Amino acid sequence: MRAFTFERAATPAAAALAMQQHPGARFIAGGTNLLDLMKLDIEQPTHLIDVNRLGLDRIEALPDGGLKIGALVRNSDLAADARVRRGHPLLSRALLSGASAQLRNKATTAGNLLQRTRCFYFYDTTKPCNKRTPGSGCAAMEGFNRIHAILGASAQCISVHSSDMAVALRALDAQVETVSASGAVRRIPIAELHRLPGSTPEVETVLAPDELITGVTLPAPLGGVQLYRKVRDRASYAFALVSVAAVVVREGRTVTAARLAFGGLAAKPWRNEEAERRLIGTDGGAQARDAVADLLLADARGHGHNDFKIPLLRRTLHATLAQAIETT
Amino acid sequence: MNPETPDGYTRRTVLVTGAAGVAAAALPLAVDAEPVAHDAAAQGPTTDVSLRINGQLHALSIDPRVTLLDLLREQLHLTGSKKGCDHGQCGACTVLVNGRRINSCLTLAVLHEGDQVTTIEGLGEPKKLHPMQAAFVKHDGYQCGYCTPGQICSAVGMLGEMRGGMPSHVTHDLSAPTVFSSEEMRERMSGNICRCAGYPNIIAAIREVAGVAT
Repeated sequence: MRAFTFERAATPAAAALAMQQHPGARFIAGGTNLLDLMKLDIEQPTHLIDVNRLGLDRIEALPDGGLKIGALVRNSDLAADARVRRGHPLLSRALLSGASAQLRNKATTAGNLLQRTRCFYFYDTTKPCNKRTPGSGCAAMEGFNRIHAILGASAQCISVHSSDMAVALRALDAQVETVSASGAVRRIPIAELHRLPGSTPEVETVLAPDELITGVTLPAPLGGVQLYRKVRDRASYAFALVSVAAVVVREGRTVTAARLAFGGLAAKPWRNEEAERRLIGTDGGAQARDAVADLLLADARGHGHNDFKIPLLRRTLHATLAQAIETT
Repeated sequence: MNPETPDGYTRRTVLVTGAAGVAAAALPLAVDAEPVAHDAAAQGPTTDVSLRINGQLHALSIDPRVTLLDLLREQLHLTGSKKGCDHGQCGACTVLVNGRRINSCLTLAVLHEGDQVTTIEGLGEPKKLHPMQAAFVKHDGYQCGYCTPGQICSAVGMLGEMRGGMPSHVTHDLSAPTVFSSEEMRERMSGNICRCAGYPNIIAAIREVAGVAT
């Protein structure tokens, strides 16, 4: 690991200011992704800013019935919170499907959002990667790409975002709160946080270099049936090949509200509001589910080894929605 | 745990001596090798950190790159915690920090100012085993033993999580009390790999400590 200097920040604004003063610095919270990448020489920070003691480790109820989740709330604490389990079980389910218990005990809400891709070629410093070394090429495009994107990819990058939590937050319409070195705060809809790769896959979010995530807010509970279905190579402790987050609300036999978000498909948690609206007013049966899948996958494109993700996603969507209908 | 043999050798001294013998035998082959530049060996700034390990307070000034695992093993010579993958994938380095299990390889020691760390050495001793250690011995919860300290620390942390009502991926009802089933324990122990595949006996040991009929 390369040498770096280290400081402990006392307030969120001080942490953002320290970042502005140290180009090449990184914030460190749980560290479970950053240290892994530093050991492999993929991340090379010259300065680390410890943000663990900023008092951002609480989950607070909001007047509108929503929740404010501090950036430093650990994944295991968020999954176990009684209000989350009761009102947003989708979020608990997504968190519990990710990583191992040891990692969830350390990984934070903000860190989970900002984790980097697990693309094999991003991790292999002997191979070209436009995300790691802009302009060097993409070894995944013609390589072993079974875990890679089928939507929203570019000629420069076909990696996927690896978070389960972010998929649930996308379905729940969470907002991300930040502070900058100037002290300015802003709220970013989760839909706008992550960028698709385009010609700059190294730029993964809309955050400014000195912008620190301080928390995530959830609107009031949506109700309905909430399911997170994750398909992976082993039953536990593996990243998603595809995942489906579903919220289905019905009156009688009729679907009155539906949210669908997907993991393992793209460089950001994927959602297609037009596609999910095709469930509204239907009984959620096979015909309606096919209509959703048709629209969702209209632009899907495999790269060889990951062609299987297209039919796999269709089947997983069917299975998840069928379960949601049975459960109501 | 470092039981001595009757002639005063520990398993560790035998291993270290054996490794040195191999290195000496291989020495002539290495004469032409260029010295390898290790950035890690460069002297950099140090950071102060105070933390309590197995009840003992340590006030240190260390290179901020030092992981908690390397602090334990290389500087404090608490070699029970093992370095398997060094990337959070195998769980051999699992320790308890403020009572919660984490991968000590994926955290920096300087991030643990004021924390309480418990390693396998702090759980029990050969003459006074922790119930989880005793259960692993009784049920043969290991073969080569390399993953065992991590398995035991993880199992102790896991029972704390289950008793605290933390759900898991296989919890059927998020609002119901925790079920102490083998299915739950296997899912919750998935961060600890055993390449000897001693899993059935590991689960048997944990079930006994959890008070579940085996």
